Amino acid sequence: MTNSAADRIRDHIIPVATIVVAIIAIWYVGAIAMNAPFQRDLDRRGNTTSTTMEFVAKTLSQPKPILPAPHQVAQNLFDNTVMRSVTSNRSLVYHSWVTLSSTLAGFAFGTVLGILIAIGIVHVTALERSLMPWIIASQMVPVLAIAPMVIVVLSAVNITGLLPKALISTYLSFFPVAVGMVKGLRSPELIQLDLMRTYNAGTLATLLKLRLPASVPFLFASMKVAVAASLVGAIVGELPTGAVAGLGSKLLAGSYYSQTIDIWAALVAGSVLAALLVAAVGIASKLVARAMGAQTGGRAA
Amino acid sequence: MGSLSEMPVADTSTRPAPPARDDQTFSVVSARDLSLTFDTNDGPVHALSHVDLDVKRGDFVSFIGPSGCGKTTFLRVIADLEQATSGQISVNGMTPEEARKARSYGYVFQAPALYPWRTIEKNIALPLEIMNYTASERQARIKRTLDLVNLADFGKKYPWQLSGGMQQRASIARALAFDADLLLMDEPFGALDEIVRDHLNEQLLKLWQETQKTICFVTHSIPEAVYLSTRIVVMSPRPGRVTDVIESTLPKERPLDIRETPEFLEIAHRVREGLRAGHSYDE
Repeated sequence: MTNSAADRIRDHIIPVATIVVAIIAIWYVGAIAMNAPFQRDLDRRGNTTSTTMEFVAKTLSQPKPILPAPHQVAQNLFDNTVMRSVTSNRSLVYHSWVTLSSTLAGFAFGTVLGILIAIGIVHVTALERSLMPWIIASQMVPVLAIAPMVIVVLSAVNITGLLPKALISTYLSFFPVAVGMVKGLRSPELIQLDLMRTYNAGTLATLLKLRLPASVPFLFASMKVAVAASLVGAIVGELPTGAVAGLGSKLLAGSYYSQTIDIWAALVAGSVLAALLVAAVGIASKLVARAMGAQTGGRAA
Repeated sequence: MGSLSEMPVADTSTRPAPPARDDQTFSVVSARDLSLTFDTNDGPVHALSHVDLDVKRGDFVSFIGPSGCGKTTFLRVIADLEQATSGQISVNGMTPEEARKARSYGYVFQAPALYPWRTIEKNIALPLEIMNYTASERQARIKRTLDLVNLADFGKKYPWQLSGGMQQRASIARALAFDADLLLMDEPFGALDEIVRDHLNEQLLKLWQETQKTICFVTHSIPEAVYLSTRIVVMSPRPGRVTDVIESTLPKERPLDIRETPEFLEIAHRVREGLRAGHSYDE
């Protein structure tokens, strides 16, 4: 076990840590470079002269920097998560939860819709010809163009809150699931389909006992893409609504008031959320694979 | 067979009326002037050409021939996985489609085709689930067929945990699980090594004697065909046709070393001659 732990550190932790350190270093250099002109301007007007070290320190501690330093973002994240009650509307946990709830709702709708579309396409040839071009076209339209219209149209019929945002997530997430599941439902080999035919198995039995189980790996692969797309959809859905809560509204408010540190903190919160969601799908995928008898160790015979 | 001889020779449109099912002379499979042509981009391929053949109840019939001779195609026509272009064929006195819908045969493919997400037990349960057997009946049949193929201790394993020979035995168990008295086997041991194959041949013979099934067995191994069969159908390609049908004179009880006897070698020689005759124009 110690051997595998050492392998794990060498194979996973060191490469990732190296990249993180490199990114942070570049980020600091960038922050100094980008904030320096404003700081120089400020110093000139205030008639202050400072040593290089003092100057660098000041570029990294501006209240509204062009590019906030990592530690400023980290400080903001810490203040707005750990140090605040989760019900406070300044808490990033609260805003993340608002975004997460519509992400999950949209992801669930999108996955179900994608599976249903794929089942239809695999069984009805006419559907493949008629539906597929529309499905592909739907993904050509920028979500930033669609999102405000969905929100506005739905609010005109008094549907507001979670549902319109979830629908935008659905709009983005059904596509990878549909495409992946069409491939997955068609993945059984001819011999396996012939076998069902020799049993005189109907379409439903073939779907339930062969096509669906065979498509599970394809489903999880496309769900990983879909859950990340759902999050993007939910955040974009919060932008045009004047939403009072959610990571999207946090980003929008931050840009209105030039609260760059808030923006970056919300961005980091968003990417942490995305990573957690993708990881959760990955874990679910492994658990399901194990329950379905996936090869785990050496051969027994 | 009276009904056949009474038929006018020119009239091929009517099928012979099936005699009583328990009759040993009942033709489980009966093909008359059967042809099948595949249309390909390189022109028509005559996979089967004017095949006349009867498989009697309880027979073990092997189909042997080089690739392209239509032996697998013939098996697939019996199973209604392909449809003949012309001629007649009856399976258990029905059309192949009716026979398939009546689930009157079990099919063993070249590859085991076990579903990897199901344990061996669950794989055997698959046809039983589709055919709506009760849970207790399923359990009883799983146990019985696992015993029959000597896999009693492996029911809870997944296919990847079994060797190739064991997987193929599991797929035979799956084909035996429901009450089909016709077993169609398409080169089931083709991918296995000689020693495993010998062992499985021995087991298959025992199984055939125990279950009284009718077996159609496709192979390209002469010893396998001679060792297993009561009749050997020699086929040749382009167009796929039957060139010889050899009745085995070997006794029903066949230890493995029967393959050293002059009688066995004599039959094997005749099969080889038949194969060569079908091939000669080609070389």
